[in-house]
Amino acid sequence: MAVKADVMLDAKGLACPMPIVKTKKAMNDLEEGQILEVQATDKGSKADLAAWSETVGHQYIGTTEDGDVLYHYIRKCSNDTMVEKTHEQTIDNQEIVTRAANGGFILDVREEAEYAFGHIEGAKSVPMGELESRMNELDKNQEIYVICRTGKRSDLVAQKLANHGFKNVYNVLPGMANWNGDLTKSI
Amino acid sequence: MTVTKWTAADVARKVIDNQSLFILDVRNADAFEDWKIEGHQFDYINIPYFELLDGVEAILPQLPKDKDILVVCAKEGSSIMVADMLSEADATLSVSYLAGGMKSWSSYLEPIKVADLSGNGELYQFVRLGKGCLSYMVISEGEAALIDAVRFTEVFTSFAKEKNVEIKHVFDTHLHADHISGGRSIAEATGATYYLPSKDAAEVVFDYTPLEDGLTVQIGASNIDVGALYSPGHTIGSTSFVVDGKYLLTGDILFIDSIGRPDLAGLAEDWVGDLRETLYRRYRELAEDLIVLPAHFMIIDELNEDGTVAKRLGDLLAENHGLNIEDESEFRSIVTDHLPPQPNAYQQIRQVNMGKITPDYDEQTEMEIGPNRCAVR
Repeated sequence: MAVKADVMLDAKGLACPMPIVKTKKAMNDLEEGQILEVQATDKGSKADLAAWSETVGHQYIGTTEDGDVLYHYIRKCSNDTMVEKTHEQTIDNQEIVTRAANGGFILDVREEAEYAFGHIEGAKSVPMGELESRMNELDKNQEIYVICRTGKRSDLVAQKLANHGFKNVYNVLPGMANWNGDLTKSI
Repeated sequence: MTVTKWTAADVARKVIDNQSLFILDVRNADAFEDWKIEGHQFDYINIPYFELLDGVEAILPQLPKDKDILVVCAKEGSSIMVADMLSEADATLSVSYLAGGMKSWSSYLEPIKVADLSGNGELYQFVRLGKGCLSYMVISEGEAALIDAVRFTEVFTSFAKEKNVEIKHVFDTHLHADHISGGRSIAEATGATYYLPSKDAAEVVFDYTPLEDGLTVQIGASNIDVGALYSPGHTIGSTSFVVDGKYLLTGDILFIDSIGRPDLAGLAEDWVGDLRETLYRRYRELAEDLIVLPAHFMIIDELNEDGTVAKRLGDLLAENHGLNIEDESEFRSIVTDHLPPQPNAYQQIRQVNMGKITPDYDEQTEMEIGPNRCAVR
């Protein structure tokens, strides 16, 4: 399955350090939260891109391989401080699986690529940017556990849902970045 | 000062001549942690190249003004970039980069003469510093025998040409799991006989001459002989050689500061008894004045002053920890329970050495990346 990205960078045929040099440049032009797909043939680019992302604070999502080509996915993150979370109803990572089994459901609002590289089995994917147009897919009477990577996007989504008359909306904390349970992939 | 290019041979000289060198390794922290260029007098810092894309000013205070600085990366591209940046930022620094990076370091062989043999014979050790592999060539009266040749066959064939000798016999002490053997290709190219212990060769898919206990070959018309001594334990077929009555080539059974591990074919429990028998009985029956020449070294301290890896058997019997574990169950536990991580791609490497898969040159290089890890210390 193809992974969705906002911008594609072709670094095929380039040797180290060029894939990273080009990625760094390309990331400057992305908006925060957007995803860059880097196509490369240098095998070392996988470890280096992951380590570089960690160093500068971007989110390295994952890599797929097709023949000789590596497809890397990186989400741009800014280093500014966390905005305070305002949605009052929150719930812990640990609790949502059992709660979801009793009638609620998990709403994963990360980007499709992040979801594809690892999500909680049964979670529904609606990226934050698509919420408005897809709100009719959600049931106002169900308990909804909104999850993202760190609790920031899920907080915004939970507020928006509450404003639209959803009563039982919870922001899941600390989010997928600290998820210890099983992960399902869809790539 | 302009940036200069160093070859792996230049770096090898620094190691062997015990000189000092400052290495700026710009690979990932993991890669550096796992494996780096070792030297007696080398200092290091590790800063991944991607942390230096915006400039090198911040690290200048960490670099010495009075020493050569060698920038090293996996292949060379990033080291050239960083070396150029350094030289531009501070023209007084003496900056160079390693051509071909760690890949070329992993494949470089330094031939060093171990000894003159009876008559006009010679014994050479080929030290693969980057990987810790040791290969041997016995030369006498126009003929040569090769033992545990690594895959850079050209190095051996040109050396033989330079010495004006014909390679007649090619031996592998065992089926290697940490590096790809060059033995079979060299034998094919030169018409030499290729010997492999048949107990290690159950699954090989090519023809070979069985290397049996007691087999002796003459090199040239002289009285230099290479005699096989069955010494199982690292593998079930592992065989040692006694060369010219003075040198004991131990393969991966006994090293200078460690002993062989019995687990790389998945049969540690079965082979530990053989390992004990070889180290504690067979080797003890040999003359203590034999000079042990192993197929590997693990740490740079195992190198002698002239760069060779060699030590008297009697000294090893007294000093090597692995030869001095009285209690058999303790020995068993040490060589089966406390093993270091296995070498990179060791299962694939065994398949290559059996002739079952034939990777291209780059794939072979990739498989052999990293330290050899054939020993238990």
